[in-house]
Amino acid sequence: MADMVVLDRLSRNFGPIRAVREISFRVGRGEVVGFLGPNGAGKTTTMRMLTGFLPPSAGTARVCGHDVVSEPLAVRRNLGYLPEGAPLYGDMTVQAFLAFVAAVRGLAGAAGRRAIGAAVERTQLQPVLHQPIDTLSKGYKRRVGLAQAILHDPPVLILDEPTDGLDPNQKYEVRRLIAEMAPGKAIIVSTHILEEVEAVCTRAIVVARGQLVADATPEELRRLSPLHNALRLRVAAATAERAREVLAHLSGVRELQLSLPVDGVAELLVLPQDGVELAPEAVARLRAERVEVRELSVERGRLDDVFRRLTLG
Amino acid sequence: MRAVLAIFRREFVAYFATPLAYVFIVIFLALAGAMTFYVGGFFERGQADLYSFFLFHPWLYLFLVPAVAMRLWAEERRSGTIELLMTLPVTPAQAVLGKFLAAWLFCGVALALTFPIWLTVNYLGEPDNGVIVASYIASWLLAGAFIAIGSCMSALTRNQVIAFVLGAVACFVFLMSGVDLVLSPLRTVLPPFALELVASFSFLFHFNELAKGVIGASSALFFASVTLLALVINTLIVELGKSA
Repeated sequence: MADMVVLDRLSRNFGPIRAVREISFRVGRGEVVGFLGPNGAGKTTTMRMLTGFLPPSAGTARVCGHDVVSEPLAVRRNLGYLPEGAPLYGDMTVQAFLAFVAAVRGLAGAAGRRAIGAAVERTQLQPVLHQPIDTLSKGYKRRVGLAQAILHDPPVLILDEPTDGLDPNQKYEVRRLIAEMAPGKAIIVSTHILEEVEAVCTRAIVVARGQLVADATPEELRRLSPLHNALRLRVAAATAERAREVLAHLSGVRELQLSLPVDGVAELLVLPQDGVELAPEAVARLRAERVEVRELSVERGRLDDVFRRLTLG
Repeated sequence: MRAVLAIFRREFVAYFATPLAYVFIVIFLALAGAMTFYVGGFFERGQADLYSFFLFHPWLYLFLVPAVAMRLWAEERRSGTIELLMTLPVTPAQAVLGKFLAAWLFCGVALALTFPIWLTVNYLGEPDNGVIVASYIASWLLAGAFIAIGSCMSALTRNQVIAFVLGAVACFVFLMSGVDLVLSPLRTVLPPFALELVASFSFLFHFNELAKGVIGASSALFFASVTLLALVINTLIVELGKSA
Protein backbone atom coordinates (compact mmCIF):
# COMPACT_ATOMS: atom_id res chain seq x y z
CA MET A 1 0.00 0.00 0.00
CA ALA A 2 1.44 3.32 -1.03
CA ASP A 3 -0.47 5.55 1.36
CA MET A 4 0.42 4.64 4.91
CA VAL A 5 -1.39 7.57 6.50
CA VAL A 6 -4.62 8.94 5.10
CA LEU A 7 -6.56 11.84 6.59
CA ASP A 8 -9.97 12.56 5.15
CA ARG A 9 -11.63 15.81 6.21
CA LEU A 10 -10.46 15.25 9.75
CA SER A 11 -11.98 17.77 12.18
CA ARG A 12 -11.95 18.36 15.89
CA ASN A 13 -13.88 20.85 18.01
CA PHE A 14 -13.27 21.77 21.62
CA GLY A 15 -16.60 23.20 22.63
CA PRO A 16 -17.16 26.17 20.32
CA ILE A 17 -13.52 26.23 19.20
CA ARG A 18 -12.83 24.52 15.90
CA ALA A 19 -9.28 23.42 16.50
CA VAL A 20 -8.94 21.36 13.33
CA ARG A 21 -11.13 21.90 10.29
CA GLU A 22 -11.42 19.32 7.52
CA ILE A 23 -7.76 18.53 7.07
CA SER A 24 -7.05 15.97 4.33
CA PHE A 25 -3.74 14.62 3.14
CA ARG A 26 -1.88 11.38 2.48
CA VAL A 27 1.59 10.25 3.38
CA GLY A 28 3.36 7.40 1.61
CA ARG A 29 6.34 5.20 2.41
CA GLY A 30 9.65 7.02 2.17
CA GLU A 31 8.11 10.42 2.73
CA VAL A 32 9.12 12.74 5.53
CA VAL A 33 6.35 15.26 5.91
CA GLY A 34 7.01 18.45 7.79
CA PHE A 35 3.84 19.47 9.56
CA LEU A 36 4.13 23.22 9.95
CA GLY A 37 2.11 25.92 11.54
CA PRO A 38 2.19 28.58 14.21
CA ASN A 39 1.55 27.55 17.80
CA GLY A 40 -2.12 26.79 18.28
CA ALA A 41 -2.70 26.01 14.61
CA GLY A 42 -3.90 22.49 15.36
CA LYS A 43 -0.74 20.47 14.76
CA THR A 44 -0.74 18.62 18.06
CA THR A 45 -4.50 18.06 17.95
CA THR A 46 -4.19 16.52 14.48
CA MET A 47 -1.37 14.25 15.64
CA ARG A 48 -3.32 13.19 18.70
CA MET A 49 -6.20 12.19 16.46
CA LEU A 50 -3.84 10.21 14.24
CA THR A 51 -2.56 8.26 17.24
CA GLY A 52 -6.07 7.61 18.53
CA PHE A 53 -5.48 9.64 21.70
CA LEU A 54 -8.21 12.11 20.76
CA PRO A 55 -11.32 11.02 18.91
CA PRO A 56 -12.09 13.20 15.87
CA SER A 57 -15.33 15.24 15.85
CA ALA A 58 -15.76 14.50 12.15
CA GLY A 59 -13.88 12.92 9.28
CA THR A 60 -11.68 9.84 9.31
CA ALA A 61 -8.03 8.96 9.52
CA ARG A 62 -6.38 5.67 8.65
CA VAL A 63 -2.93 4.39 9.52
CA CYS A 64 -1.73 1.42 7.45
CA GLY A 65 -5.33 0.84 6.46
CA HIS A 66 -6.68 0.81 10.01
CA ASP A 67 -9.25 3.35 11.13
CA VAL A 68 -8.13 5.35 14.16
CA VAL A 69 -11.55 5.20 15.81
CA SER A 70 -12.68 1.64 15.17
CA GLU A 71 -9.27 -0.10 15.29
CA PRO A 72 -7.19 1.96 17.71
CA LEU A 73 -5.00 -0.93 18.84
CA ALA A 74 -4.05 -1.94 15.29
CA VAL A 75 -3.22 1.69 14.56
CA ARG A 76 -1.02 1.99 17.64
CA ARG A 77 0.81 -1.24 16.85
CA ASN A 78 1.77 0.25 13.50
CA LEU A 79 3.01 3.59 14.68
CA GLY A 80 5.62 5.08 16.90
CA TYR A 81 4.70 8.34 18.55
CA LEU A 82 6.73 10.98 20.30
CA PRO A 83 4.21 13.18 22.16
CA GLU A 84 4.84 16.89 22.51
CA GLY A 85 7.46 17.56 25.19
CA ALA A 86 8.38 13.85 25.25
CA PRO A 87 6.67 12.90 28.54
CA LEU A 88 8.42 9.95 30.23
CA TYR A 89 8.25 8.03 33.50
CA GLY A 90 10.95 9.95 35.34
CA ASP A 91 11.35 7.48 38.19
CA MET A 92 12.45 4.67 35.86
CA THR A 93 15.90 4.08 34.44
CA VAL A 94 16.25 4.28 30.66
CA GLN A 95 16.74 0.52 30.52
CA ALA A 96 13.67 -0.22 32.67
CA PHE A 97 11.54 2.24 30.72
CA LEU A 98 12.44 0.75 27.34
CA ALA A 99 11.90 -2.75 28.75
CA PHE A 100 8.43 -1.63 29.88
CA VAL A 101 7.55 -0.28 26.44
CA ALA A 102 8.89 -3.44 24.82
CA ALA A 103 6.80 -5.59 27.17
CA VAL A 104 3.63 -3.61 26.48
CA ARG A 105 4.33 -3.92 22.78
CA GLY A 106 4.67 -7.68 23.16
CA LEU A 107 8.38 -7.83 22.44
CA ALA A 108 9.47 -10.42 24.98
CA GLY A 109 12.73 -12.21 25.63
CA ALA A 110 15.36 -12.18 22.90
CA ALA A 111 13.20 -10.16 20.50
CA GLY A 112 12.74 -7.51 23.17
CA ARG A 113 16.43 -7.34 23.96
CA ARG A 114 17.25 -7.05 20.27
CA ALA A 115 14.71 -4.25 19.77
CA ILE A 116 15.97 -2.34 22.81
CA GLY A 117 19.58 -2.81 21.70
CA ALA A 118 18.85 -1.48 18.22
CA ALA A 119 16.88 1.52 19.49
CA VAL A 120 19.55 2.35 22.07
CA GLU A 121 22.24 2.18 19.41
CA ARG A 122 20.35 4.39 16.99
CA THR A 123 19.67 7.04 19.62
CA GLN A 124 23.10 6.61 21.26
CA LEU A 125 21.76 6.11 24.74
CA GLN A 126 24.39 3.65 25.95
CA PRO A 127 26.09 6.08 28.38
CA VAL A 128 22.88 6.74 30.35
CA LEU A 129 21.20 3.35 30.12
CA HIS A 130 21.14 2.81 33.89
CA GLN A 131 20.35 6.35 34.99
CA PRO A 132 16.90 7.41 36.19
CA ILE A 133 15.23 9.43 33.42
CA ASP A 134 14.65 12.35 35.82
CA THR A 135 18.39 12.92 36.07
CA LEU A 136 18.97 13.18 32.31
CA SER A 137 19.53 16.32 30.26
CA LYS A 138 16.82 17.52 27.93
CA GLY A 139 18.66 16.16 24.91
CA TYR A 140 18.92 12.68 26.38
CA LYS A 141 15.27 12.74 27.48
CA ARG A 142 14.21 13.56 23.95
CA ARG A 143 16.35 10.71 22.69
CA VAL A 144 14.70 8.33 25.17
CA GLY A 145 11.36 9.49 23.76
CA LEU A 146 12.61 8.76 20.26
CA ALA A 147 14.00 5.38 21.27
CA GLN A 148 10.60 4.51 22.71
CA ALA A 149 8.91 5.54 19.44
CA ILE A 150 11.18 3.49 17.15
CA LEU A 151 11.52 0.49 19.48
CA HIS A 152 9.17 -1.76 17.51
CA ASP A 153 10.44 -0.52 14.13
CA PRO A 154 7.02 0.84 13.16
CA PRO A 155 6.12 1.58 9.53
CA VAL A 156 4.70 4.97 10.58
CA LEU A 157 6.40 7.51 12.83
CA ILE A 158 4.69 10.57 14.25
CA LEU A 159 7.00 12.99 16.01
CA ASP A 160 5.59 16.09 17.69
CA GLU A 161 8.31 18.76 17.80
CA PRO A 162 11.19 16.30 18.16
CA THR A 163 13.86 19.02 18.21
CA ASP A 164 12.04 21.60 20.35
CA GLY A 165 14.34 22.95 23.05
CA LEU A 166 17.45 21.11 21.88
CA ASP A 167 20.81 22.71 21.17
CA PRO A 168 22.09 22.86 17.55
CA ASN A 169 24.21 19.71 17.92
CA GLN A 170 21.31 17.75 19.35
CA LYS A 171 19.01 19.06 16.63
CA TYR A 172 21.49 17.88 14.05
CA GLU A 173 21.59 14.42 15.65
CA VAL A 174 17.82 14.08 15.70
CA ARG A 175 17.55 15.18 12.08
CA ARG A 176 20.24 12.74 11.05
CA LEU A 177 18.30 10.00 12.80
CA ILE A 178 15.08 10.95 11.02
CA ALA A 179 16.83 11.07 7.64
CA GLU A 180 18.39 7.67 8.33
CA MET A 181 15.04 6.03 9.00
CA ALA A 182 13.17 7.80 6.22
CA PRO A 183 13.49 5.31 3.35
CA GLY A 184 11.41 2.51 4.88
CA LYS A 185 8.84 4.55 6.75
CA ALA A 186 6.21 7.22 6.51
CA ILE A 187 7.24 9.98 8.90
CA ILE A 188 5.31 13.03 10.04
CA VAL A 189 7.32 15.63 11.93
CA SER A 190 5.60 18.64 13.41
CA THR A 191 7.67 21.73 13.90
CA HIS A 192 7.63 25.46 13.71
CA ILE A 193 11.30 25.60 12.83
CA LEU A 194 11.64 26.15 9.11
CA GLU A 195 15.26 25.11 8.77
CA GLU A 196 14.08 21.70 9.88
CA VAL A 197 11.85 21.40 6.85
CA GLU A 198 14.71 22.24 4.52
CA ALA A 199 16.99 19.83 6.36
CA VAL A 200 14.90 16.65 6.47
CA CYS A 201 11.50 16.94 4.81
CA THR A 202 10.48 15.80 1.38
CA ARG A 203 7.20 17.61 1.71
CA ALA A 204 5.73 20.36 3.82
CA ILE A 205 2.16 20.71 4.98
CA VAL A 206 1.25 24.07 6.45
CA VAL A 207 -1.74 24.55 8.72
CA ALA A 208 -3.10 27.77 10.14
CA ARG A 209 -6.16 28.29 12.32
CA GLY A 210 -6.98 24.61 12.00
CA GLN A 211 -7.01 24.60 8.21
CA LEU A 212 -4.58 23.25 5.66
CA VAL A 213 -3.10 26.17 3.75
CA ALA A 214 -0.32 24.52 1.77
CA ASP A 215 0.86 21.04 0.79
CA ALA A 216 4.02 21.20 -1.31
CA THR A 217 7.70 20.37 -1.49
CA PRO A 218 10.03 22.81 0.30
CA GLU A 219 11.24 23.97 -3.14
CA GLU A 220 7.70 24.72 -4.31
CA LEU A 221 7.05 26.62 -1.12
CA ARG A 222 10.15 28.67 -1.64
CA ARG A 223 8.88 29.64 -5.08
CA LEU A 224 5.97 31.35 -3.37
CA SER A 225 8.40 33.78 -1.80
CA PRO A 226 8.50 37.26 -3.38
CA LEU A 227 12.26 36.99 -3.22
CA HIS A 228 12.41 33.76 -5.24
CA ASN A 229 14.93 34.17 -8.11
CA ALA A 230 15.61 37.76 -7.11
CA LEU A 231 19.04 39.12 -8.05
CA ARG A 232 21.22 40.76 -5.48
CA LEU A 233 24.16 42.76 -6.85
CA ARG A 234 26.87 44.79 -5.22
CA VAL A 235 28.54 47.43 -7.35
CA ALA A 236 30.81 50.40 -6.71
CA ALA A 237 28.78 53.41 -5.62
CA ALA A 238 30.04 55.43 -8.58
CA THR A 239 28.50 52.98 -11.07
CA ALA A 240 25.33 52.31 -9.13
CA GLU A 241 23.12 54.68 -11.14
CA ARG A 242 24.41 53.27 -14.40
CA ALA A 243 23.75 49.72 -13.23
CA ARG A 244 20.28 50.68 -12.19
CA GLU A 245 19.44 52.04 -15.62
CA VAL A 246 20.71 48.91 -17.33
CA LEU A 247 18.76 46.62 -15.07
CA ALA A 248 15.59 48.65 -15.23
CA HIS A 249 15.45 48.07 -18.98
CA LEU A 250 15.62 44.31 -18.71
CA SER A 251 12.39 42.54 -19.56
CA GLY A 252 10.65 40.74 -16.76
CA VAL A 253 11.69 43.06 -13.97
CA ARG A 254 8.92 43.67 -11.49
CA GLU A 255 10.70 45.88 -9.02
CA LEU A 256 14.13 47.35 -8.49
CA GLN A 257 15.56 48.55 -5.20
CA LEU A 258 18.79 50.50 -4.77
CA SER A 259 20.13 50.80 -1.29
CA LEU A 260 22.26 53.70 -0.02
CA PRO A 261 25.99 53.03 -0.49
CA VAL A 262 28.01 51.80 2.45
CA ASP A 263 31.82 52.08 2.24
CA GLY A 264 31.52 53.02 -1.41
CA VAL A 265 29.53 49.92 -2.30
CA ALA A 266 25.86 50.00 -3.25
CA GLU A 267 23.47 47.07 -3.28
CA LEU A 268 20.79 46.48 -5.87
CA LEU A 269 17.90 44.11 -5.47
CA VAL A 270 16.04 43.10 -8.62
CA LEU A 271 12.74 41.31 -8.21
CA PRO A 272 11.58 39.35 -11.25
CA GLN A 273 8.09 38.77 -12.51
CA ASP A 274 6.79 35.26 -11.85
CA GLY A 275 8.93 32.51 -13.29
CA VAL A 276 11.47 34.81 -15.01
CA GLU A 277 15.17 34.08 -14.64
CA LEU A 278 17.02 37.35 -14.81
CA ALA A 279 20.56 36.35 -14.09
CA PRO A 280 22.01 35.42 -17.54
CA GLU A 281 20.51 38.44 -19.28
CA ALA A 282 21.52 40.82 -16.49
CA VAL A 283 25.10 39.60 -16.43
CA ALA A 284 25.48 39.91 -20.20
CA ARG A 285 24.04 43.43 -20.32
CA LEU A 286 26.07 44.71 -17.40
CA ARG A 287 29.24 43.35 -18.96
CA ALA A 288 28.36 44.97 -22.28
CA GLU A 289 27.87 48.28 -20.51
CA ARG A 290 31.16 47.76 -18.64
CA VAL A 291 29.63 47.99 -15.19
CA GLU A 292 31.84 46.09 -12.78
CA VAL A 293 29.85 43.79 -10.53
CA ARG A 294 31.60 43.00 -7.26
CA GLU A 295 29.17 40.38 -6.11
CA LEU A 296 26.08 38.72 -7.51
CA SER A 297 23.73 36.23 -5.94
CA VAL A 298 20.40 34.67 -6.85
CA GLU A 299 17.96 34.50 -3.94
CA ARG A 300 16.23 31.14 -3.53
CA GLY A 301 13.44 32.64 -1.51
CA ARG A 302 12.95 32.52 2.22
CA LEU A 303 10.69 29.91 3.75
CA ASP A 304 9.95 32.10 6.73
CA ASP A 305 8.51 34.78 4.42
CA VAL A 306 6.32 32.17 2.80
CA PHE A 307 5.36 30.80 6.20
CA ARG A 308 4.29 34.25 7.37
CA ARG A 309 2.31 34.95 4.23
CA LEU A 310 0.54 31.60 4.38
CA THR A 311 -0.29 31.62 8.05
CA LEU A 312 -1.17 35.27 8.59
CA GLY A 313 -3.09 35.78 5.33
CA MET B 1 -3.03 -9.85 29.44
CA ARG B 2 0.58 -9.22 28.50
CA ALA B 3 -0.07 -5.47 28.59
CA VAL B 4 -1.82 -5.73 31.97
CA LEU B 5 1.16 -7.61 33.34
CA ALA B 6 3.65 -5.05 31.98
CA ILE B 7 1.70 -2.14 33.49
CA PHE B 8 1.25 -4.02 36.75
CA ARG B 9 4.99 -4.60 37.03
CA ARG B 10 5.86 -1.01 36.18
CA GLU B 11 3.44 0.38 38.75
CA PHE B 12 4.43 -2.05 41.46
CA VAL B 13 8.13 -1.27 41.03
CA ALA B 14 7.30 2.45 40.91
CA TYR B 15 6.01 2.28 44.50
CA PHE B 16 9.41 1.16 45.68
CA ALA B 17 11.32 3.65 43.51
CA THR B 18 10.61 6.36 46.08
CA PRO B 19 10.74 6.20 49.89
CA LEU B 20 6.94 6.50 49.85
CA ALA B 21 6.46 2.75 49.91
CA TYR B 22 8.66 2.21 52.93
CA VAL B 23 7.16 5.16 54.78
CA PHE B 24 3.71 3.82 54.07
CA ILE B 25 4.52 0.33 55.25
CA VAL B 26 6.21 1.55 58.43
CA ILE B 27 3.31 3.86 59.28
CA PHE B 28 0.79 1.12 58.61
CA LEU B 29 2.62 -1.41 60.75
CA ALA B 30 3.23 1.07 63.56
CA LEU B 31 -0.35 2.27 63.64
CA ALA B 32 -1.82 -1.22 63.32
CA GLY B 33 0.34 -2.35 66.23
CA ALA B 34 -0.35 0.68 68.40
CA MET B 35 -4.10 0.46 67.83
CA THR B 36 -4.16 -3.23 68.67
CA PHE B 37 -2.35 -2.90 71.97
CA TYR B 38 -3.26 0.55 73.24
CA VAL B 39 -6.73 1.20 71.88
CA GLY B 40 -7.98 -2.31 71.24
CA GLY B 41 -6.66 -3.68 74.53
CA PHE B 42 -5.15 -6.84 73.04
CA PHE B 43 -3.83 -8.11 76.38
CA GLU B 44 -6.63 -6.80 78.56
CA ARG B 45 -9.18 -8.77 76.56
CA GLY B 46 -7.42 -11.91 77.58
CA GLN B 47 -8.60 -13.77 74.48
CA ALA B 48 -6.53 -15.56 71.91
CA ASP B 49 -7.90 -13.81 68.83
CA LEU B 50 -7.04 -10.89 66.58
CA TYR B 51 -10.35 -9.07 66.97
CA SER B 52 -8.66 -5.98 68.41
CA PHE B 53 -6.17 -6.03 65.51
CA PHE B 54 -8.65 -6.20 62.65
CA LEU B 55 -11.13 -3.86 64.33
CA PHE B 56 -9.10 -0.81 63.31
CA HIS B 57 -8.22 -1.81 59.75
CA PRO B 58 -11.12 0.04 58.11
CA TRP B 59 -10.06 3.24 59.89
CA LEU B 60 -6.40 2.87 59.01
CA TYR B 61 -7.29 2.15 55.40
CA LEU B 62 -9.52 5.19 55.32
CA PHE B 63 -6.54 7.51 55.01
CA LEU B 64 -3.69 5.16 54.08
CA VAL B 65 -5.27 3.50 51.05
CA PRO B 66 -6.27 6.75 49.29
CA ALA B 67 -2.60 7.74 49.75
CA VAL B 68 -1.57 4.63 47.85
CA ALA B 69 -4.16 5.15 45.12
CA MET B 70 -3.84 8.90 44.65
CA ARG B 71 -0.89 8.83 42.27
CA LEU B 72 -2.21 6.09 39.98
CA TRP B 73 -3.80 8.43 37.42
CA ALA B 74 -3.30 11.96 38.73
CA GLU B 75 0.45 11.60 38.26
CA GLU B 76 0.02 10.35 34.67
CA ARG B 77 -2.16 13.33 33.86
CA ARG B 78 0.11 15.86 35.55
CA SER B 79 3.27 14.68 33.83
CA GLY B 80 1.59 14.03 30.47
CA THR B 81 2.68 10.40 30.42
CA ILE B 82 -0.97 9.44 29.99
CA GLU B 83 -0.51 10.40 26.34
CA LEU B 84 2.42 8.02 26.14
CA LEU B 85 0.55 5.22 27.89
CA MET B 86 -2.67 5.64 25.95
CA THR B 87 -0.91 5.66 22.58
CA LEU B 88 0.77 2.33 23.30
CA PRO B 89 -1.28 -0.66 22.15
CA VAL B 90 -3.16 -0.79 25.47
CA THR B 91 -6.88 -0.44 26.13
CA PRO B 92 -7.99 1.82 29.00
CA ALA B 93 -9.43 -1.23 30.76
CA GLN B 94 -6.06 -3.00 30.67
CA ALA B 95 -4.30 0.05 32.07
CA VAL B 96 -6.88 0.44 34.85
CA LEU B 97 -6.60 -3.23 35.78
CA GLY B 98 -2.80 -3.24 35.75
CA LYS B 99 -2.61 -0.20 38.01
CA PHE B 100 -5.27 -1.54 40.37
CA LEU B 101 -3.52 -4.88 40.75
CA ALA B 102 -0.21 -3.18 41.51
CA ALA B 103 -1.73 -1.01 44.25
CA TRP B 104 -3.71 -3.94 45.63
CA LEU B 105 -0.68 -6.20 45.81
CA PHE B 106 1.25 -3.39 47.46
CA CYS B 107 -1.40 -3.22 50.19
CA GLY B 108 -1.23 -6.99 50.38
CA VAL B 109 2.50 -6.80 51.08
CA ALA B 110 1.91 -4.28 53.86
CA LEU B 111 -0.81 -6.49 55.31
CA ALA B 112 1.33 -9.62 55.06
CA LEU B 113 4.07 -7.90 57.04
CA THR B 114 1.76 -7.88 60.07
CA PHE B 115 2.38 -11.64 60.38
CA PRO B 116 4.29 -11.30 63.68
CA ILE B 117 1.04 -10.53 65.45
CA TRP B 118 -0.41 -13.77 64.13
CA LEU B 119 2.64 -15.61 65.44
CA THR B 120 2.29 -13.80 68.76
CA VAL B 121 -1.30 -14.78 69.28
CA ASN B 122 -0.49 -18.38 68.38
CA TYR B 123 2.33 -18.34 70.87
CA LEU B 124 0.14 -16.92 73.60
CA GLY B 125 -2.82 -19.18 73.14
CA GLU B 126 -4.82 -21.28 70.72
CA PRO B 127 -6.73 -18.94 68.42
CA ASP B 128 -9.14 -20.03 65.69
CA ASN B 129 -6.78 -19.66 62.74
CA GLY B 130 -9.66 -20.10 60.30
CA VAL B 131 -11.21 -16.90 61.57
CA ILE B 132 -7.87 -15.13 61.34
CA VAL B 133 -7.40 -16.20 57.72
CA ALA B 134 -10.95 -15.03 56.97
CA SER B 135 -10.17 -11.72 58.64
CA TYR B 136 -7.01 -11.26 56.61
CA ILE B 137 -8.95 -11.96 53.42
CA ALA B 138 -11.66 -9.53 54.52
CA SER B 139 -9.07 -6.88 55.24
CA TRP B 140 -7.44 -7.33 51.85
CA LEU B 141 -10.81 -7.25 50.05
CA LEU B 142 -11.70 -4.04 51.85
CA ALA B 143 -8.35 -2.54 50.82
CA GLY B 144 -9.12 -3.58 47.22
CA ALA B 145 -12.47 -1.82 47.24
CA PHE B 146 -10.87 1.32 48.69
CA ILE B 147 -8.12 1.24 46.05
CA ALA B 148 -10.63 0.92 43.24
CA ILE B 149 -12.54 3.91 44.62
CA GLY B 150 -9.34 5.87 45.16
CA SER B 151 -8.11 5.06 41.65
CA CYS B 152 -11.43 6.32 40.29
CA MET B 153 -10.99 9.61 42.13
CA SER B 154 -7.38 9.83 41.00
CA ALA B 155 -8.51 9.69 37.37
CA LEU B 156 -10.69 12.75 37.92
CA THR B 157 -7.85 15.16 38.60
CA ARG B 158 -4.21 15.93 37.84
CA ASN B 159 -3.59 16.96 41.44
CA GLN B 160 -2.60 14.19 43.84
CA VAL B 161 -3.75 16.09 46.93
CA ILE B 162 -7.22 16.54 45.48
CA ALA B 163 -7.18 12.88 44.49
CA PHE B 164 -6.33 11.94 48.07
CA VAL B 165 -9.07 14.09 49.62
CA LEU B 166 -11.70 12.91 47.14
CA GLY B 167 -10.63 9.32 47.69
CA ALA B 168 -10.76 9.60 51.48
CA VAL B 169 -14.18 11.26 51.43
CA ALA B 170 -15.63 8.69 49.03
CA CYS B 171 -14.23 5.84 51.11
CA PHE B 172 -15.60 7.42 54.26
CA VAL B 173 -19.09 7.67 52.79
CA PHE B 174 -19.05 4.01 51.80
CA LEU B 175 -17.55 2.95 55.09
CA MET B 176 -20.15 4.83 57.13
CA SER B 177 -23.22 4.30 55.00
CA GLY B 178 -24.71 1.89 57.55
CA VAL B 179 -24.23 4.25 60.46
CA ASP B 180 -26.81 6.72 61.80
CA LEU B 181 -24.48 9.60 61.05
CA VAL B 182 -25.13 9.00 57.36
CA LEU B 183 -28.55 7.42 57.54
CA SER B 184 -30.45 9.89 59.73
CA PRO B 185 -30.20 12.89 57.39
CA LEU B 186 -31.23 10.61 54.52
CA ARG B 187 -34.17 9.20 56.46
CA THR B 188 -36.25 12.30 55.87
CA VAL B 189 -35.79 12.32 52.10
CA LEU B 190 -35.46 8.70 51.07
CA PRO B 191 -38.17 6.00 51.02
CA PRO B 192 -37.40 2.99 53.28
CA PHE B 193 -36.23 0.68 50.49
CA ALA B 194 -33.72 3.28 49.27
CA LEU B 195 -32.54 3.76 52.80
CA GLU B 196 -31.99 0.05 53.13
CA LEU B 197 -30.06 0.08 49.87
CA VAL B 198 -27.77 2.78 51.21
CA ALA B 199 -27.35 0.91 54.47
CA SER B 200 -26.51 -2.30 52.62
CA PHE B 201 -23.57 -0.51 51.03
CA SER B 202 -21.92 -0.21 54.39
CA PHE B 203 -18.34 -1.42 54.09
CA LEU B 204 -18.14 -1.63 57.84
CA PHE B 205 -21.03 -4.08 58.05
CA HIS B 206 -19.66 -6.31 55.31
CA PHE B 207 -16.15 -6.16 56.71
CA ASN B 208 -17.36 -7.26 60.14
CA GLU B 209 -19.43 -10.05 58.61
CA LEU B 210 -16.41 -11.33 56.73
CA ALA B 211 -14.00 -10.89 59.60
CA LYS B 212 -16.18 -13.03 61.83
CA GLY B 213 -15.50 -15.81 59.38
CA VAL B 214 -19.08 -16.99 59.38
CA ILE B 215 -21.05 -15.88 56.36
CA GLY B 216 -18.30 -15.22 53.86
CA ALA B 217 -19.69 -15.56 50.38
CA SER B 218 -22.21 -12.73 50.12
CA SER B 219 -19.98 -10.11 51.69
CA ALA B 220 -16.96 -11.22 49.66
CA LEU B 221 -19.16 -10.97 46.59
CA PHE B 222 -20.21 -7.52 47.74
CA PHE B 223 -16.62 -6.27 47.90
CA ALA B 224 -15.77 -7.92 44.60
CA SER B 225 -18.71 -6.23 42.86
CA VAL B 226 -18.04 -2.81 44.39
CA THR B 227 -14.41 -3.11 43.27
CA LEU B 228 -15.40 -4.18 39.79
CA LEU B 229 -17.97 -1.40 39.49
CA ALA B 230 -15.45 1.20 40.60
CA LEU B 231 -12.93 -0.11 38.06
CA VAL B 232 -15.49 0.06 35.27
CA ILE B 233 -16.27 3.66 36.22
CA ASN B 234 -12.54 4.30 36.42
CA THR B 235 -12.13 3.03 32.85
CA LEU B 236 -14.91 5.31 31.64
CA ILE B 237 -13.34 8.31 33.38
CA VAL B 238 -9.97 7.55 31.78
CA GLU B 239 -11.57 7.21 28.37
CA LEU B 240 -13.54 10.44 28.71
CA GLY B 241 -10.72 12.28 30.44
CA LYS B 242 -8.14 11.82 27.73
CA SER B 243 -10.44 13.21 25.08
CA ALA B 244 -11.28 16.34 27.07
